[in-house]
Amino acid sequence: MVELTLPKNSRVGTGKTHSKPDGATNTKTFNVYRWSPDDTENPRIDTYYVNLDDCGPMILDGLIKIKNEIDPTLTFRRSCREGICGSCAMNINGTNTLACTKGMDEVNGDINIYPLPHQPVVKDLVPDLTNFYAQYASIKPWMQTQTPPPPDRERLQSKEDREKLDGLYECILCACCSTSCPSYWWNSDRFLGPAILLQAYRWLADSRDENTGERLDNLEDPFRLYRCHTIMNCANTCPKGLNPAKAIAEIKKMMVERRG
Amino acid sequence: MANVERPISPHLGIYKPQITMVTSITHRITGVALGVGTLLLTWWLIAAATGPEAFETVNAFISSWFGRLVLFGFTWALFYHLCNGIRHLFWDAGKGFELPVMRKTGMAAIISSVVLTVLTWVIAYGIGG
Repeated sequence: MVELTLPKNSRVGTGKTHSKPDGATNTKTFNVYRWSPDDTENPRIDTYYVNLDDCGPMILDGLIKIKNEIDPTLTFRRSCREGICGSCAMNINGTNTLACTKGMDEVNGDINIYPLPHQPVVKDLVPDLTNFYAQYASIKPWMQTQTPPPPDRERLQSKEDREKLDGLYECILCACCSTSCPSYWWNSDRFLGPAILLQAYRWLADSRDENTGERLDNLEDPFRLYRCHTIMNCANTCPKGLNPAKAIAEIKKMMVERRG
Repeated sequence: MANVERPISPHLGIYKPQITMVTSITHRITGVALGVGTLLLTWWLIAAATGPEAFETVNAFISSWFGRLVLFGFTWALFYHLCNGIRHLFWDAGKGFELPVMRKTGMAAIISSVVLTVLTWVIAYGIGG
């Protein structure tokens, strides 16, 4: 359901401002969303100053520096620090992206960081993505076949058929797109969202997969697929430059075409 | 764990507005406005069928400055919904999803809806005054 405002326990208050590091002249201000399950306080925004003369260039470098040197309680996910694991997806200055591939110099003024929008918060910048992963499982994201594989080799694909997966296989399931989508905010219980639908199309477009009909049956639903209204926040925010809205349009086309 | 009820992270209040997002929500709002505007049109038609007195009442409202403002808004809503609706037709055919194209067609829908509205009113005033 559409809820324009946050529930009472989710409203964000003002938090602490941590002092500037000693002797630092070139600092960047980080305003970071904080919430802990260990007390009964509402979420708040804490302010930190990061010494740019002694820090890596990316926003994730800044967050790690804050955690190491200023406030060890700050909690966020990170792993690969090169845009391939999708762990450090968060909302940075109004759009979702990966903290590890977004440079501090790309942001004018303060850096405002929130968790991925409209998700239950586990702690600070860590959202609970259980529903997102369950939806991913629901599309059966693996190759399904009816015919036995050739006895002497793997299932092959022409270069042209392989090219159909470009722009799809690169998705790292960071959830930036799904959590940027207003349709997903209001209907994530039933709408699959851009990331999962792009993944669904990745298997529909695969020449080796033989369960296209069943996959389409599973998506033929007023909510699962058709809550996409081409708002385009997904493609605008994707840190990998992919276009989930286009993939969703292709699924809608397949639905029409199969009716003949 | 003292507090197990997890908060929902901020969404609409913190998300950066973008042209594609604005054209989309405006499409929906103008759609609703057109529904309401059609009631106005129905009122006018029923009044015309009822008789000269009833028609005069409605006509007085429609020709008042407020009535004209509502009609002006109705005209714009109609043209915006039409222009943006054409974008939707292309999207349904799987075309026009590249981001630069998306932004251009969005701007085009906004500008042409305003131009068509003003043009309609200039012509209407030219004919009827």
